[in-house]
Amino acid sequence: MAEIKKLVLGRREAADLDEEQELPTELMTVNMGPSHPAMHGTVRIVLTVDGERVVESDVQPGYLHRCFEKESEHATYTQIFPYTDRLNYISPMINNVGYAMAVEKLLGVADRVPLRAQYIRVIVSEISRITDHLTCVGASAMELGAFTPFLYFLKFREWLFELLEELSGARLTYSYVRIGGVAHDLTPDFHERLTDLLARGEEVLVEVEAMLNNNRIFRDRMEGVGPFSAEDAIAFGMTGPCLRACGVDYDIRKDYPYLVYDRLEFDVPVGTTGDCFDRYLVRIEEIKQSMRMLRQALRDIPAGPIILDDPRVALPPKKETYNTIEAMIRHFKHIVDGIRVAPGEAYSFVEGGNGELGFFVVSDGTGRPWKCYCRSPSFINTQTVSRTISGHLISDIVPIFGMINMIGGECDK
Amino acid sequence: MARRVLDALTARFGDAIQSTSSDYGDEVAVVRRDKLVEVARFLRDDPAMAFNLPCYCTCIDYLGLEVLTVRPTSPLAVPSVPARPVDDRPRFAMVYELRSLVHKHRIRIKVPLDENDLVVPSLSELWPAFNWLEREVYDMYGVAFEGHPDLRRIYMYEEFIGHPLRKDYPKERRQPLVRREWTDE
Repeated sequence: MAEIKKLVLGRREAADLDEEQELPTELMTVNMGPSHPAMHGTVRIVLTVDGERVVESDVQPGYLHRCFEKESEHATYTQIFPYTDRLNYISPMINNVGYAMAVEKLLGVADRVPLRAQYIRVIVSEISRITDHLTCVGASAMELGAFTPFLYFLKFREWLFELLEELSGARLTYSYVRIGGVAHDLTPDFHERLTDLLARGEEVLVEVEAMLNNNRIFRDRMEGVGPFSAEDAIAFGMTGPCLRACGVDYDIRKDYPYLVYDRLEFDVPVGTTGDCFDRYLVRIEEIKQSMRMLRQALRDIPAGPIILDDPRVALPPKKETYNTIEAMIRHFKHIVDGIRVAPGEAYSFVEGGNGELGFFVVSDGTGRPWKCYCRSPSFINTQTVSRTISGHLISDIVPIFGMINMIGGECDK
Repeated sequence: MARRVLDALTARFGDAIQSTSSDYGDEVAVVRRDKLVEVARFLRDDPAMAFNLPCYCTCIDYLGLEVLTVRPTSPLAVPSVPARPVDDRPRFAMVYELRSLVHKHRIRIKVPLDENDLVVPSLSELWPAFNWLEREVYDMYGVAFEGHPDLRRIYMYEEFIGHPLRKDYPKERRQPLVRREWTDE
């Protein structure tokens, strides 16, 4: 044996080779580029890897930056709603509602929004939250190889999109909320459709949970991957399901209730270790809680107006616009000048699908904001990715990144 | 509860807190730049304050802001925000918002900055969240952060010239990334 070793390896002493020899390695820089099936949206991660293990990483967002703030400075307050749709494009209603609440806070009309409009806003927000979580969990499961839950969840999501398409006219970019209320009333069969949908959706959830919760492969890939401590999560500004998975009981709907959330009964799921499996469980439970809230809201929603009856804030009804000159002038001024908001600065925040979604609006007295900054939870949560993946394998990046739920539009604005 | 934080700040830091206000239910303290890190450390570490969750940081560019006052006959509430004179105020203001998960209060801190001296001490050591947030402000407004571990652009590409969210950067300008001549650098 020693002779063979000598022959093969030349003049090396055979005895040296009885110990394990460390082969020289070098770190390799690999690009997990902006177009990558597992990079939701477009994010580039420049990885420095030692074999399969990540040593260092540089997460580079910004490939989907569309200048939301710059465009908002040149648009009237109502024209900004389509821009907000495209921020977190999986749960656009929540963005609409958050932005509307910020402007209403500046106007001072936040408590005068009609009750029916508030209930409708809560209903569509919770539907959007369900679609957000369905997409996140479904896509993450697919990236781990479980294609079936992805399709089941997308089927459920499609039913919700159809319902919202009947309501607002679009599947994804609704622009349904207005300053002071919402644009149209609920469709006549909305209650029955949604109740039926929720029943069918619960069956879908049962099926997918049966497929994933005790699945050996799923659990091995998700449990213990990317744990995060509560203090670190708070110091990194993390909010939403990722923070709740770390064990911190912080939900804006409970701690700073807005709209009619203080009248609804719901629980806030909280995890323990903050790893990917906890985040998954928190999201699944939040879907169930959202469905519970939807049932209560459908039961309690009153009849009434759906937009504030204030000529400075709302467009006049169409019948009057076509028949009276005052309404026509009011309509004209609203469209051309925008809603004149008193000068000031205000920050208003809602519980988005990924965490605290806030809008900081600075107004100057005209119909266009001076500044409209969006505090996007995805951007702040994505900052933790670099720290979470270091030390893990490349294949662990997939569940970690998936469970952060970085939505490109929200991260890059 | 509302003014407790602001009162504690003015009691402790005196005239480094240039003004405070509570419009729209948000508590705002305007802090002088040289005391920013001290104020932030106090807000984070003092047990009665305990601002452990950083919310966001951004910058406001007041160039050319002429405040129109809404006519007093308007039915909408007009808060007591004085119209600022256009000339002598500083052009930029950094805005930080912090939140306490312990006491459930929040505060907004504004730091006025002059455009010839656009430097602020970085808060990224106190709260790691400000790492990317300050990079975003640097990218969009050109504010330099002293002590930031990794100050480079985050949204725009490296070769971009200018700072897009400033008011003197026109919205219509296009800067396509064009291949340049290979040089020996």
